[in-house]
Amino acid sequence: MLKSLEKNLPKIVLAPAVGLISWFVYGFVLWTFYISFTNSKILPKYELWGVGQYVKLWASRKWLIAVDNLLIFTALFLIICIVLGIILAIFLDQKIRAEGVLRTIYLYPMALSFIVTGTAWKWILNPSLGIQKMFIDWGFENFTFDWLVNREMAIYTIVIAGVWQSAGFVMALFLAGLRSVEDEIVKAAKIDGAGLFTVYWKILIPMMRPVFFTSFVILVHISIKSYDLIVALTQGGPGISTTMPALYMTQTAFHKSQVGLSAASAMMMFMAVAAVIIPYLYSELRRENAN
Amino acid sequence: MQTNITASSYKELEQKSKVTNMLLRWFLYFVLILFASYFIFPLYVMVVTSLKTMEEIRQGTLLTWPSALNFESWAVAWGGRGYGAGDTFLKPYFWNSIKMVIPAVFFSTFIGAITGYVLTKWRFKGDQWIFLFLLFGCFIPFQAILLPMARTLGVLGISNSILGLVVVHTVYGIPFTTLFFRNYYVSIPTELVKAARIDGAGFFKIFFKILLPISAPIIVVTVIWQFTQIWNDFLFGSTFSFGEAAPIQVALNNMVLSSTSVKEYNVDMASAIIAGIPTLIVYVLAGKYFIRGLTSGAVKG
Repeated sequence: MLKSLEKNLPKIVLAPAVGLISWFVYGFVLWTFYISFTNSKILPKYELWGVGQYVKLWASRKWLIAVDNLLIFTALFLIICIVLGIILAIFLDQKIRAEGVLRTIYLYPMALSFIVTGTAWKWILNPSLGIQKMFIDWGFENFTFDWLVNREMAIYTIVIAGVWQSAGFVMALFLAGLRSVEDEIVKAAKIDGAGLFTVYWKILIPMMRPVFFTSFVILVHISIKSYDLIVALTQGGPGISTTMPALYMTQTAFHKSQVGLSAASAMMMFMAVAAVIIPYLYSELRRENAN
Repeated sequence: MQTNITASSYKELEQKSKVTNMLLRWFLYFVLILFASYFIFPLYVMVVTSLKTMEEIRQGTLLTWPSALNFESWAVAWGGRGYGAGDTFLKPYFWNSIKMVIPAVFFSTFIGAITGYVLTKWRFKGDQWIFLFLLFGCFIPFQAILLPMARTLGVLGISNSILGLVVVHTVYGIPFTTLFFRNYYVSIPTELVKAARIDGAGFFKIFFKILLPISAPIIVVTVIWQFTQIWNDFLFGSTFSFGEAAPIQVALNNMVLSSTSVKEYNVDMASAIIAGIPTLIVYVLAGKYFIRGLTSGAVKG
């Protein structure tokens, strides 16, 4: 009896983690999945209703705006963060004095919450006392910068704040990547007469493929889950112009009490994340097994 | 294409004429400092705004230096004005966050450590699948679990309480803490464990006497990661708590959004700094560990 207990001790110790994750992650996702096929309003109903919620979701103007915003935000956020991250990493890799200080400055926003970031940028971007006023006071009397309260442009203020928060992180990933390349490779290329631009463009940057891949996955993941930053910066406004899927989900669930519909929107988010993550996990695992 | 040449390594540049070299270095520093100012600008604006009076804010610009070091808005942000109802300030919520973060970090780190230990040192058939099974929890968008979680907390009678948030953060921290410890223990030679087993050491003895004492680096990384994540969380805090049980990020957001009277930007900025200071301090003191955690676990958004 005691012997078998001892033999199974590792599995018993594993049980809390496995049990909690089975219930709180997999069980809950399945529950949400099931509820998305019911006509649940304030309280969940367990009678199946078919795909009605999904039909309703994709016919909703607000959801379409949310998806549209997500696409705009993701594209810009991704491109700007990666381009900025690479440039800063390459420049910092040139034996720069005070590299440590600069690196610390580029990365500190990552330690702040999106609510703090949003609060700061909301103040900076507000037209009456922020950047717009600063330029007007400096003598540019016709200067306007009202993106925060402009329906067409408000989504770009979220890009500005999001990039500010995350670009330093991409820089750190690329810097680590560049530093891990063996000096020999660069030396060999130089002996072969490769110019410095060529060394980066033709050799080092192509070698950073895994870093690109990781940054891509992380940034897309951050953008699909974007919630706090929007709440703090625009609350989805002006009007509903900066709604994003995560905001749509919580508003539909907790303000409009449309539990079935919000479950359907959550499942759409889940599938979008899965489409990015599963190939990533698969390739990571293959790489680990190959080593 | 000046940038192209700049984006090349130092040694090669040395061979070029000294003047070009100098110009390029200047350009390099110029770009780096330009971006540094973009990153530092909001922090600067937050600090100076928090030190100004509203009168000064209306008269000056974002960049204007305050006329005197005026900490009144800090006092108001932290302790309020002292007029009962409707007077929201951060002090109680700051303590809520502390009471939430300490147990949640402790439990999630401990469970992650022992799970990582089993998955690497007591391997059995299929353990890789269990790891993958746990790992997937790092990636799910939390919207997919919000509804059932809200109901579960209700059933357990811990909705809108700090205890409820401790449970939520502990559970959803496990995938990350397991990932950290598993990756760390994989690199520790299994011979160490085997030798101890031959000497008669049991499961727990090996963990507490051999592995834990050499786990300091990964414990630091994990604790910093979990602390930052939980302190900065808004989604769980705002969904599962309100009123008195709210953590600081929720309180900050409520303070900034409340538009009952004239907007006091100086108090808003002081509040934002107060809510951000604990994680900033950790970042400045332990940046190396912070970045290490970030690069291995940053998939959580």
